[in-house]
Amino acid sequence: MADPNQTKRVPTRGPMLETPRRNAILKKLNARPTVRGSAIALAVLMLFVLIAPYFAPQNPYDLMALNIMDGRLAPGAESMEGGRYWLGTDSQGRDMLSAILYGLRISLLVGLSAVVLSTLIGSFLGLLAAFKGGWIDTAIMRLVDFILGFPTILVALVLLAVMGRGVDKVVIALVVVQWAHYARIMRGRALQERRKEYIEAAQNLGFPAWRIMLFHLMPNCLSPVMVFATIQIATAIVLEATLSFLGVGVPVTEPSLGLLIASGFEYLLSGDYWISMFPGIALLLLILSINIIGDRMRASLDPR
Amino acid sequence: MALFILRRLLQSLFVLLAVSVVVFFAVYAVGDPIELLVSPEVGQAERQALIARLGLDLPIWQQYGHFLWNALHGDLGNSFVHGMPAVELIVQRIPATFELVVVAITLTCIIGIPLGLVAGLYRDAPLGRGIMATSVLGFSLPNFWQGMVFILLFAVWLGWLPASGRGPTVDVLGVPFSIFTAEGWRHVAMPAVNLAIANIALVLRLTATGVVEARSQDYVKFARAKGVKPGRIVRRHILRNILIPVVTVIGMEFGSLIAYSTITETVFSWPGMGKLLIDSVYQLDRPVVVAYVMLVTLIFVVINLIVDILYAVLDPRVQLLEPAH
Repeated sequence: MADPNQTKRVPTRGPMLETPRRNAILKKLNARPTVRGSAIALAVLMLFVLIAPYFAPQNPYDLMALNIMDGRLAPGAESMEGGRYWLGTDSQGRDMLSAILYGLRISLLVGLSAVVLSTLIGSFLGLLAAFKGGWIDTAIMRLVDFILGFPTILVALVLLAVMGRGVDKVVIALVVVQWAHYARIMRGRALQERRKEYIEAAQNLGFPAWRIMLFHLMPNCLSPVMVFATIQIATAIVLEATLSFLGVGVPVTEPSLGLLIASGFEYLLSGDYWISMFPGIALLLLILSINIIGDRMRASLDPR
Repeated sequence: MALFILRRLLQSLFVLLAVSVVVFFAVYAVGDPIELLVSPEVGQAERQALIARLGLDLPIWQQYGHFLWNALHGDLGNSFVHGMPAVELIVQRIPATFELVVVAITLTCIIGIPLGLVAGLYRDAPLGRGIMATSVLGFSLPNFWQGMVFILLFAVWLGWLPASGRGPTVDVLGVPFSIFTAEGWRHVAMPAVNLAIANIALVLRLTATGVVEARSQDYVKFARAKGVKPGRIVRRHILRNILIPVVTVIGMEFGSLIAYSTITETVFSWPGMGKLLIDSVYQLDRPVVVAYVMLVTLIFVVINLIVDILYAVLDPRVQLLEPAH
C-alpha cells in the first residue's frame, strides 16, 4: 500500500483514497480478534484450496481410486487398503476430506467468478447510467428495479430450470441476479461524485467522456462497491450451494460443497451425519469468515 | 392517488406480460416432456396423438398465443404430469406455504424486534455485542444446511420432532391447516424456525441500528433532560420511530419468504408451492412452472403496490407522483 509510485501518482489521478486512511482502515480491521480469526480461517481455507491436489488423500473424481466396499464409513474408519478416512466416506466410498477440499475449490471458483463478473458489468452499467443520464439512465435503472423486484433465489432457480445444470450456467444465473445491486450502488455514488469540481476541471481540460468516466469518476466510486462485493462473495457461494442442493446447480461430476451436502441428505435420517455435516461446516466457516470481514469493512469504511 | 394506482396497475400489466413472454419461450425451448411422459414402448401413432393433444406440434408463437388467450380467461394450462389445471394444483398448495410463512413472520416479530432493541440499547455491553455477533451467524448459516442440522438434532438424535411432512390438518372454512392441532405444531416448528432464522437476524440488525440512531436524536435527549423515565423513552420515543421501517421490511419480506420457502419445503418435504415448483422442474412439467412464475409475479406486483401505498399512508412526506415542475 505504501508503494512510493502509488503515492506519487495520486495527484494526477484525482483524489483517490489517501494512504494514511488506508492504513488506518487496515489497522482497524486487524484490531478485533474475531476479524483476525476470520482472516486466518479464510487464509487457511484458501491454502487448502490451492494445494488440494497435492494435499488431499485421494482424488475424489478418479473413480478408480474409489472403493465401493468403503462406502459410508464413519469418521476415523480404516480403509480396505489400510489408510484412514478422517472424515468418513460417502455412499461410493469417496473420502469426505478429499471431497470437501475439491468441493471448496468449485464453490470458491463459482462464487468469485460470479462476483467479479457482476461487479464489472454492474459497475459499468451503473457508471454509464449516472454519467449519461437521460433515456440510458431510465432504461438501465428500470431493468435494475425489475430484477431486484423479485427474490434472488426465485430468479436464479427459474433461470437454471430453463438452462440446465453446469458450472458456467450457475455463474451466468448468479451474474444475472446480482449485477443490478452493483449498478444501483455505483450509480448512486457516481451521481454524487459527478457534481464535484475535479470532474468539471477534467471536462474543461477537454478530456473525452470515456476517459473522465473510467479514470476520474470510477476510482472515486469504488469503495462502496468493493465493500459490497466482499459480502457478495459469501452470498454468491451460499446461493450456488442452495441451487446445487435443489438439484439445479453444478453437475454431479463437479460437486461443490452444496452438492456434497445434498448427496448426504438421504443418509441423514439413518444417522450417517458426516456426509452432510462436514461439508456444511466447511461451507459455514468459509461464509462466516467472509461475512465477518465484510461486516467490519463496512463499519470502518462507512462512518455512519 | 387514483391516478398513481391506475398508472401502477398499467405498469404491472406490462410486467406480467413481459414475464410471461420470457418464461414461456424459455421454458418451452428446453427438453422434451414427451420423453418423460410416455414409456418407450408406446407406438409412434399414440405418441403423435399425445403431442397433438398437448398442442406441442404447433409453432411456438402459436402456442404462446393460445397460452395468453387462455391465461386471460384464468386458465394457465393443464399439468402434463397430473393432468389437472396448473392453477388448481398450485392453489391447493397455497395454504401449506402460507401457514409456514405466517408462523415464520410471527417468529421474526416476537424474537427479532425485542432482541434488536436489547442489542441497540446495550450496544457496548457484552450482551449487545453477543447478540450482534450471533446475528452474523444467523445469516451466514446456509438455510438448507441449517434445516438439515435441525433434522439431525431434533428428529434423528433426540427424536423429539418429526423430520418431514405436514401432519394432520384441520379444515377451517374449507381450507386445511395444521396449526390447529398439537401434532401439527410439532410438524410446523422446525420448518418455521428454519425459514425464520435469516429473517430474525435481518430484523434484529435493522432494529438495533435504528435504536442506536434514534438514541442520539434531539428528541430523545430532550425527553431524557425532561426527566422522562427510561422505560417510557424506549417505548414511546425510540420504538415508535423505528417501527415504521422495520414493519415495512417485514411486510416486504413476506414475498421473499414465499420464495425462500422453496428451500425449507424441499428439506422438510413440506407439501407447499415451493416443493411443487421443484418437483415440476424435475419432471419438465412446463405449464406448472409457467403458472407458478406467473402467480408469484402477480403476488409480488401486488405486494409492491400495497407497500408503496402504505408508505404514503404512514408517512405523509412521501409523494406518490412526482410534483409538477
